[in-house]
Amino acid sequence: MSATRVPYIPNTDDDRRAMLEAIGVASEEELFADIPSAGRVRGLDLPPALSELELVQQLGKLADFNRTPGQMPSFLGAGAYRHFIPSVVNHVISRSEFATAYTPYQAEISQGTLQAAFEFQSMVCELTGMDVANAGMYDGASALAEACLMATSITGRRRIALLSTVHPNWQEVVKTYAYGRGLAVDVITSEESALTEEHACLAVQQPNFFGYLEDVASLGDSIHETGALYIAAVDPISLGMFKPPSDYGADIVVAEGQSLGWAPNFGGPNVGLFACRQQFIRNMPGRIVGRTTDAQGRIGYVLTLQTREQHIRRENATSNICTSQQLVALAATVYLATLGKTGVRRVAELCYHKANYAAARISEIPGYSLPLQGFFFKEFLVRCPLPPSELNRRLLDEGIIGGLDVSDLIDNGMLFCVTEMNTREEIDHLVAALGSVNG
Amino acid sequence: MEYPDDLRYSREHEWVRLDGDAGVIGISDFAQDQLGDIVYVALPAVGSEVKFMEKCGEIESVKAVSDLYSPVSGEVLARNDSLIEQPELVNSAPYGDGWLLQVRLIDPSELERLLGTQEYKDLTARAEE
Amino acid sequence: MDNERMNDEQHTNIGATLTFDLSRPGRVGCSLPECDVPEAEIPPAELLRDDLRLPELSQPDVVRYFLALSRLNYSVDTGFYPLGSCTMKHNPKVHEDLARRPGFADIHPLQPPETVQGALAVMHNLQRCLAEITGMDAATLAPAAGAQGELTGILIIKAYLADAGQSHRRKILVPDSAHGTNPATAAMAGFEVVTVASDKDGDTDMQALQVALDDDVAAMMLTLPNTLGIFDRDILTIAEMLHAKGALLYGDGANLNAIVGRARFGDLGFDVVHLNLHKTFSTPHGGGGPGAGPVCVKAPLATYLPTPVIEQTDGGYRTLRPPHSIGKLQAFHGNFGVLLRAYAYLRSLGADGFREVSANAVLNANYVRERLRGAYQLPYGRCAMHEVIASASKQRAKGVRAWDVAKRLIDYGFHPPTVYFPLIVEEAMLIEPTETESKEALDAFCEALLAIAREVEETPEVVKSAPHDTPVGRLDEATAARRPVLRWQPRND
Repeated sequence: MSATRVPYIPNTDDDRRAMLEAIGVASEEELFADIPSAGRVRGLDLPPALSELELVQQLGKLADFNRTPGQMPSFLGAGAYRHFIPSVVNHVISRSEFATAYTPYQAEISQGTLQAAFEFQSMVCELTGMDVANAGMYDGASALAEACLMATSITGRRRIALLSTVHPNWQEVVKTYAYGRGLAVDVITSEESALTEEHACLAVQQPNFFGYLEDVASLGDSIHETGALYIAAVDPISLGMFKPPSDYGADIVVAEGQSLGWAPNFGGPNVGLFACRQQFIRNMPGRIVGRTTDAQGRIGYVLTLQTREQHIRRENATSNICTSQQLVALAATVYLATLGKTGVRRVAELCYHKANYAAARISEIPGYSLPLQGFFFKEFLVRCPLPPSELNRRLLDEGIIGGLDVSDLIDNGMLFCVTEMNTREEIDHLVAALGSVNG
Repeated sequence: MEYPDDLRYSREHEWVRLDGDAGVIGISDFAQDQLGDIVYVALPAVGSEVKFMEKCGEIESVKAVSDLYSPVSGEVLARNDSLIEQPELVNSAPYGDGWLLQVRLIDPSELERLLGTQEYKDLTARAEE
Repeated sequence: MDNERMNDEQHTNIGATLTFDLSRPGRVGCSLPECDVPEAEIPPAELLRDDLRLPELSQPDVVRYFLALSRLNYSVDTGFYPLGSCTMKHNPKVHEDLARRPGFADIHPLQPPETVQGALAVMHNLQRCLAEITGMDAATLAPAAGAQGELTGILIIKAYLADAGQSHRRKILVPDSAHGTNPATAAMAGFEVVTVASDKDGDTDMQALQVALDDDVAAMMLTLPNTLGIFDRDILTIAEMLHAKGALLYGDGANLNAIVGRARFGDLGFDVVHLNLHKTFSTPHGGGGPGAGPVCVKAPLATYLPTPVIEQTDGGYRTLRPPHSIGKLQAFHGNFGVLLRAYAYLRSLGADGFREVSANAVLNANYVRERLRGAYQLPYGRCAMHEVIASASKQRAKGVRAWDVAKRLIDYGFHPPTVYFPLIVEEAMLIEPTETESKEALDAFCEALLAIAREVEETPEVVKSAPHDTPVGRLDEATAARRPVLRWQPRND
């Protein structure tokens, strides 16, 4: 027997012989007869096969090569966040019955996935205050892009407006999607009243990319005056403390759900939260789970409103999406159930107090200042006395992963993020390091 | 399967019943049976114009969407808003409470271009094969 | 004991009680630390929320609730899951351990490149290997899923044609057997969809293609092998025809498992192809995501790839924005956690391992096909690739439909195949066993299908009312769609 036998393939040589005989062919090659010989490949230039032991050793080495925020204080945020993940979350999502199932096409043997998705939708509605939510999108950024496309289809207008303080990467995702549909994207600032009756929507991030609260209530009035839809992109953890977007008139709400019980994973996979007003339910993209009963009156859950989707409406579908990032959404559901009403608020408060403490301490260091006014949640912008790239190199030497270099947006600007994961000791260490590199 | 005699039918399975200078429009018993459980009906607004055999709405069942074609041209005088809450009326009473639109006809000669009951019956018999 | 009570005792209706219903004021599921810094001034009340109506549960409550839910699911690890076109193969367990290592799970996408060289190496190597497997010149790992990969590929084609002064090409050709994402994607990318028929053998109807292929065609999207499990014998001619007209050939790699290691999209004339790592490359389906949908392209299209691509330089790996990039698809680099598992799979298999994969996937499908002959109609008279299309059209005479056969299979302990897809086959049942099932498993599954065929003749009611032993019976989908209940609401009692 060759050493390269694949442990995931059960067929033995005897099995294959018996099966080939039943089919009536002499060899497996005959089954590939339809592939033209010009298109056949004899060998691939791939690295040699590894045993499980070698795989663990080699990939383990690559993992250890990375420097992780667990080993050193980190103050990076900007759309991917470190929050505490209760052990319960990983135990639940590791259940094979959740992890190795697929889209619940057969409801009778998929109630676990379906009911969990219904819980997720319910919790997203409670967090955002909105009427309805879907079962999940790829991530927050693509959820925002889909929300903008949805606004254009509802209003029949072909211009999308984004507030300039929306995450730059999210803006770019919106532009990519808009290019497909041939839609215009205008990036506007809150000071000017650039919103016109040609705009389908204005998208606002709350708190904004720099961590600060926008004047979301007054924005809502001006958006609705033009007949556009109000899209709010929110931080779900912040909703433990701050007003939900339903309170300030949002029509569609999106969020990145990674903060809710899912590790950053170098940026993905994630899950996008997507909620809206009841009246837009048939314009919503993505999977939706509904509650119903069987013939005996037992309550159960099914995929519903599927006529919006690509497998039925094909080129007229609301979107081509056919995933709900179900496992990530499950993690968020378990996270929210575990932390619950008081825990989510507590995490939000911890972030708020620690971020404020860090900002106050940093602003006391000569040469550092906070260029923006107002309330912020867990991120804040600092103007530094030297280029942030240079500063970050020095912080790394001190064993600290600094903030995000945003000097392309603000002169010598660095965006810091502080969550409940950062201890006072870490923050004080950062402050001391920033002070020492200034000399 | 019911095929009332007082109706004209389209090849897309809509029916129209003449009522003075207006026509009431619905889908046939055969059509509702083919679609299965109807869950949603999208209809044009009252006051809008519909055109002969052009798309004017959609009918959704659990796993299919079907375009609705107007069998006559004219102005929409009324639409059956009880279908918002009870789309299943199209299944249970396609020629009665499950009607869709009332349209003021601008060209009654269009009715001549539709099928009579026997012709339509033959059409559905062929479709069944 | 009457039937109703017996049923109640066998299956408590778990669906009737949600976390919100279990909630009791004062319970917590996780302890949190005290605030170790001086508290800051709280913003004014008008910025704060009053109430947050999330459940309050203890940790045991949470664990038991979700464990009970998990037990209502069928999964690959539970049993045979031959869902056609979804490649429900075994998900190697070692990948889960690797992906949870802090060096992969905890790293932040915006860390300085010098601190994430291990992760960038994984991505760079995966890019290269996927390009090699598909016979292409460059790859992006950015797309989050197959459907987003399709959008990426078609946007690349759109941008490339625009720069070539070919913006008038506004049509995308899609075969009638295609998955619904293909036409939906073409529409999202701003194209008009033109459907091309399949012929009686399941290949593209070459005459229909000839007619549809005019100067306005930007590309044709083709799944290979197609959703009937058939390898289009005219593929080289199709590629030539498209190229001769100045159009491109887009490959939907959803069914790569059939030909991996044996034929490459690039060699067959495709210009762009997307892959589904959760299919061919064994990453867990997660109950409906997350997956990943990398896109591989020929050299002239490489500068249009989305950002970022990973580049190797003398100073190590770094992220790069291609000069004509179509932009970003997600906030960061792609679904790294999924990419990592796929890379681990690729490294475990090597070139020969992939040939074993396709050989056994195709062998298993053809064996199932042979065993079902006679009992079910086989609409195409030629050997299948990785999946076999059967039809329950014979069973219709007894009033039994594909849907009923599927439901009855659940009683026999199997996940049903894909039903009613592709749309062009009446009463379709699309069966994809994958290479990770044994002959015993295939035999048991085929025996069940043969038994059901006999039941259809003798006791069709048993089939029509299936499933009989599940936590819930067939659910009322019509009411769910007519009067949607999409979230928990407090009870009015």
